[in-house]
Amino acid sequence: MEAAVINSGDTAWMLMSAGLVTLMIPGLVLFYGGMVRVKSVLNMMMMSFGALAIVFVLWIAYGFSLVFGDSVNGSGLIGDVSQFAFLKGLDNSEAVIGTIPAAVFVGFQGMFAAITVALISGAIADRAKFGAWLVFAGIWATVVYFPVAHWVFAFDDFVAKTGGWIANDLGALDFAGGTAVHINAGAAGLALALVLGKRVGFGKMPMRPHNLPLVMLGAGLLWFGWFGFNAGSAIASNGTAGLALLNTIGATAAAVLAWLLVEKMRDGHATSLGAASGVVAGLVAITPACAAVNASGALIIGAVSGALCALSVGLKFKFGFDDSLDVVAVHLVGGIVGTILIGFVGVDIGLFNGGGTEQLIKQAIGAGAVLAYSFVLSYVIAKLVDLTIGFRISVEQELAGIDLAVHAERGYEFSDNNQGNFLASSRGAQE
Amino acid sequence: MKLITAILKPAKLDDVKDALHAVGINGMTVSEASGFGRQGGHTEVYRGAEYTVNLVPKIRLEVLVDDKDVDSVLGVIVKSASTGSIGDGKVWTTPIDQVIRVRTGERGPEAI
Repeated sequence: MEAAVINSGDTAWMLMSAGLVTLMIPGLVLFYGGMVRVKSVLNMMMMSFGALAIVFVLWIAYGFSLVFGDSVNGSGLIGDVSQFAFLKGLDNSEAVIGTIPAAVFVGFQGMFAAITVALISGAIADRAKFGAWLVFAGIWATVVYFPVAHWVFAFDDFVAKTGGWIANDLGALDFAGGTAVHINAGAAGLALALVLGKRVGFGKMPMRPHNLPLVMLGAGLLWFGWFGFNAGSAIASNGTAGLALLNTIGATAAAVLAWLLVEKMRDGHATSLGAASGVVAGLVAITPACAAVNASGALIIGAVSGALCALSVGLKFKFGFDDSLDVVAVHLVGGIVGTILIGFVGVDIGLFNGGGTEQLIKQAIGAGAVLAYSFVLSYVIAKLVDLTIGFRISVEQELAGIDLAVHAERGYEFSDNNQGNFLASSRGAQE
Repeated sequence: MKLITAILKPAKLDDVKDALHAVGINGMTVSEASGFGRQGGHTEVYRGAEYTVNLVPKIRLEVLVDDKDVDSVLGVIVKSASTGSIGDGKVWTTPIDQVIRVRTGERGPEAI
């Protein structure tokens, strides 16, 4: 990196964006936590916090290097693990990437890795051993996310000389992670749901969301944080960031309307869970496209995603896979919609917008490659974890509730009565 | 002495409470309950998955009364709790052997 200059405007926006993206973790925690039953709310939340913890440590150790290091042999498949191991040369106040401090870029991109892994946890609510989940999260980040993020996010001559094949050789557009984040997490969620199997009573016992206001609050925080995710992906404080922000609002608004419309026609009611889900469906779909479309394009992408995701939530019952919180229906479907529709409504490149089929084919290849790679590898990793340390808690533990069985806690205590007796502190029995 | 137990629609609790107060009943115990009778339940929809919820929220109101007041109090409760529609609830009485006021140790009807 030669004589790069820090731009304070860009830096200020990217510092803020990194914070916004970090806020998406508690947003996701509330969104997912409210959707499960009372007896598993803490475990649901802990899976996201756990993912953040393990993935960011790996990010510092070697993840950033695998994503943004020079492509090994120029293959475009994986970055050089030793180049930035433990952020060599980057974890100081002088290093610059683009027009911002390297440290800010590293922190911002690291949260993408953490969130992608956290998203997957929605597929396996109520039934996964916490330790097994952490092991899966660490291996998955290493074997799936880091390579795929290299394919998609590592542009030649930005951080290193050579980057990933989807960004540079194929030229599929994915501004903020429709493929690397959402198709990736959605395909992994499907694989995990298949390996772990259904919850006891799936499709028979009621599994209602226990707190929809938490879900609404979570969706709101996700939307807010997503401005950092999408507009921050400009890695600059400029017009591209502005366009991304506008499209992030427009697509999401259209997706909420579309989801509610489908619900009203299919189920007879527009629900709050539907509105919250529509928010996420819109955000997911506009993620890859937010810098490639105009405002009408964003409305189209949002509306198509809201409707298709709403129609997809019933598939798990039809095909009998317990994707508990619909990671497939929202993230996989929404990610595909956004990535593919760039090929139709992308300004100057879309089939309906001045281009031919060239970009559409590139988009389809990018989406298909990530989907296939993620599903196969995720399935293998999950199977290995299951065969070695076991992925599921016992049926008795599951029925009693995973919070008590795994974490020895309960989410809610509404009374000071009947609290039991103090037994011991961690320093030993009390005299 | 009798224990009157009434299962009520939650929305009628205030009416029943005020009506009882008006005829000089100054103590009662109220708890939230759930159950079902002929009213059945309702349907809820979450992301297209429909659930029938057959336990509906109810109020359980309990009043201790002297034998001579039983009929009038029952009348007051039934009248004030009624909406005429299905799900208005039920009221029943149970004989009570002994009642003691904890603070004073009074027993029997004086403790009510």
